[in-house]
Amino acid sequence: MGHDQNDGKGGCPQGVSRRGFFTAVGAGALGAATLGRSQTPGAPPAGAAEPTKVTLRVNGRAHTVLAEPRWTLLFVLRERLGLTGTKVGCERGECGACTVLLDGTPVYACMMLALEAEGHEVTTLEGLMNGEELGPVQQAFLQEDAFQCGYCTPGQIVAAEGLLRANPQPTLEEIRAGMSGNLCRCGTYAHIFKAVKKASELKKVAGR
Amino acid sequence: MKTPKLYFVDGAVPESPAPTDTPAPWTETRVVGKSLPRVDAYDRLSGTAVYPSDVVLPDMLYAAVLRCPHANARVRKVDGSLVERMPGVRAVITGDSKAADLRWYYTRTVFTKLFDPTCRFEGEAVAAVAAETPQQAWDAVRAITVEYEVFPFVADERKALEPGAPAVHDGGNRVGEPEKYQRGDVVKGFAEADKVLEASYRTAAEFHTPMELHGCVARWDGKRLTLWDSTQGVYGVQQRVASLLEMPLANVRVIGSYMGGGFGSKLQADKYNLIAAVLAKLTARPVKLFLTREETFLCVGNRPPAGMRLKAGVKNDGTLTAFDLTVLGTGGAYPTGGTGLVDWLVRDLYTCPNVRTEATDVYINGGPSRPMRAPGHPQGAWALEQMMDALAEAIGMDPVQLRLKNVPTVSQANEGQPPYTTTGLRQCLTEGAKAFGWDAVRRRSKGDGPVKRGVGVAAGLWIAGDGGPPATVIVKLFPDGSANLNMGASDIGTGTKTVMAMVVAEELGVPLEQIQIENADTGTTEYATASGGSKTVPTEAPAVRSAALAVKRQLFELAAEELKVPANQLYIEGDAVVSTKDPKVTKKIAALQGLRRRGLLIGVGTRGPNIEGKVINPFVAQFCEVEVDTRTGEVEVLRFLSANDSGRVMNRLTYENQVIGGITMGIGLALTEQRVFDRQTGKVVNRNWHDYKIPTAMDVPADMTSLPIDVPDPEANTTGAKGLGEPVTIPTAAAVANAVYDAVGVRVTESPISPMRLIGLIAARGKRG
Repeated sequence: MGHDQNDGKGGCPQGVSRRGFFTAVGAGALGAATLGRSQTPGAPPAGAAEPTKVTLRVNGRAHTVLAEPRWTLLFVLRERLGLTGTKVGCERGECGACTVLLDGTPVYACMMLALEAEGHEVTTLEGLMNGEELGPVQQAFLQEDAFQCGYCTPGQIVAAEGLLRANPQPTLEEIRAGMSGNLCRCGTYAHIFKAVKKASELKKVAGR
Repeated sequence: MKTPKLYFVDGAVPESPAPTDTPAPWTETRVVGKSLPRVDAYDRLSGTAVYPSDVVLPDMLYAAVLRCPHANARVRKVDGSLVERMPGVRAVITGDSKAADLRWYYTRTVFTKLFDPTCRFEGEAVAAVAAETPQQAWDAVRAITVEYEVFPFVADERKALEPGAPAVHDGGNRVGEPEKYQRGDVVKGFAEADKVLEASYRTAAEFHTPMELHGCVARWDGKRLTLWDSTQGVYGVQQRVASLLEMPLANVRVIGSYMGGGFGSKLQADKYNLIAAVLAKLTARPVKLFLTREETFLCVGNRPPAGMRLKAGVKNDGTLTAFDLTVLGTGGAYPTGGTGLVDWLVRDLYTCPNVRTEATDVYINGGPSRPMRAPGHPQGAWALEQMMDALAEAIGMDPVQLRLKNVPTVSQANEGQPPYTTTGLRQCLTEGAKAFGWDAVRRRSKGDGPVKRGVGVAAGLWIAGDGGPPATVIVKLFPDGSANLNMGASDIGTGTKTVMAMVVAEELGVPLEQIQIENADTGTTEYATASGGSKTVPTEAPAVRSAALAVKRQLFELAAEELKVPANQLYIEGDAVVSTKDPKVTKKIAALQGLRRRGLLIGVGTRGPNIEGKVINPFVAQFCEVEVDTRTGEVEVLRFLSANDSGRVMNRLTYENQVIGGITMGIGLALTEQRVFDRQTGKVVNRNWHDYKIPTAMDVPADMTSLPIDVPDPEANTTGAKGLGEPVTIPTAAAVANAVYDAVGVRVTESPISPMRLIGLIAARGKRG
């Protein structure tokens, strides 16, 4: 998964940036769309095939599932592994509700096949908890009230985690750019900016 | 096909139960009004909150809907026979299926079939499939063959009444007679004016696009149906589904749980509820049906476009003499209120003796509208508030002063011109202007370079925000002093649950973390109307207070026996009951033996009626600063301030969050959001978030200030709070437009203020010199 080194005003070395994302996945998405249209009645569906054994490392644990090659990482996480902290918003790489960390870098789980995630370490919202306690980014979102309906929030939190791992003390403009790949229709961005700043402080204190 | 009996409620609630308690408003509060994190924050932040789209049931199937790809067509033939044998497919339903032979009501009187051969807009449902996986369901949907007879369409309301325009319904494209309003004499009013201005305005159609997709999970247990639905109101969905399936209400259970946003598009049931129920019945398995993001741009509502022609007269001293407004709008292919409330601000916001409005609602071949956050109001504000700015300039008056000159004390547009309970508009304008530094920044230079700065103001009121009956709430007190709050209203993200818990804490002294709150569920929680109209807090909070007081009364009766003190001489301090006469006579709630023996105290609270002869409305004034790049036409919003009179502030933190959310949504209306139809086909071109641009983190200022005019409204209800969620977005777009004008002297009367549109207007002005 690529991310744009020169996006926006501040430049964002991590986090899902909109422009960089489209550059990286554009070709793949186009290909998939073409396959869908070539369908003829009764014919075996394009992209479908016998389920294959897939082993995913999620939040430090290995899960082996039978998955069709066309199943996205998002689908497997939510509907097969029951990890519904990762949300589905658009399934076309636009909103970031499904953001997870892949080897520590934020990616859209809707734009990655489950098969592609094999051999990588996937971290979801659930993986940011300290047991039953909220992790530092989650705690910061609580304190700053950086959500309303909460549906985009898991993706926002994971994107913020990825941003802070790469850039522990981002400026406001770096926060904006780093969070620009995650839409919030309730419009809580102004509080999200504060929460990321607060999370940076909490992580520093916690030493992680 | 039988004719189901629909549940509708007309007029006032006939006999709302007498309020169990009508306490005086709080004089001082210990919990209410504080800045407290949400009581359900943990659930929403940890991922443990189960939203309807998260529900995964054993043996569950997935459904997908085939939708008409044409703007106007008739289904001649639909063939799903081949599809039934495709891998994983368990059921296919079309307009020919007996199980799907159901009615669907777009409005109370206008109905079609669930799968109707007549498709009046792109995205109308044609068939549906249930399969083992969503991928297989979509394989099958794509493989269904449909023969359409495609007709000419009309997708632009401005062309819908032209001779020869395709008729969306038999009888033409007018939705009834134009809606007219008149007071005074506008001709006389314009004659009295020193300046008369006239201009045309238009706002583009917007989409709600909440983050959680629309949909539900349906499961049957014999004759009982359970729906996990992403909805703003579980009871509304229950009533509609039960009536269309001709089932007893008791046998349809709708579980709201958490939900991921609605903004008005999830106030009622949708066809997907019926489709999921039918497929689940046919297959005898649970069925999950959530729409794709693209579908949500076609068939689950929109804020209708509004064309507005406004003529206004003003005297040189700022006295408004007349408004004359003509509106043309469309709710799409069905009569869903395309022009509803667009004229309300012109009628009611400012003192003006002579007002005439006329609204013409027409049909087009577009998706039916649904209420969207303050229906009609942001559109009306776009016209009225830009006009107020132009009038102020025409008479050489400051725009804040012109508005202050015309602050109303009575609701002129309501029958008999009743007074408002409170009108905070004057404080919103004066205190807002002061906090924003209006006078200084307004006089400041716009900048010498190509990037110009400007500031703008706009105001508004919201026609509702009063709330009212019916609402019933139950509060239970456990013997250790912890509590349970049982309320059927959905917390759609506004912080409803948190505010209600704070009301319980205020009355019973229970810490917030010891209050458990039920999620909206027709099977287990009390009746509530849908969460919308900025009425949830003013409706539910008084009922919660009443329920908590009912518990308190019983608690004091128990304590009175054990403390040997009359019940009316007791109060709660922390976790103990204390005598008002002697603070040493006290007992911890958890130590009350009577409470132990009873096991539970239950208090039932209801919402009493609103005050008669007065109008309860929230008011707002917003100020913003923008930068306009005159080389590119790009607008950057630098800061915003919103001064709100919504009565008492219940929770400062969630209040501020509503304010920034409303501003953000308003910036979308101002700068980027618009539905675009393809002229050749009538199809929606921008049916995704890449092409339909809602504000991102890059598009909003970090500098947003909420300035509450925190004056409890003693006549509104027993908590003094008025609605907030909608007024916060009403004047936003107009304030941006006024700031752009202040920066570059160009009035953008059509939304959105896109770089292309603005640069064109700047260039055109250059040519004119």
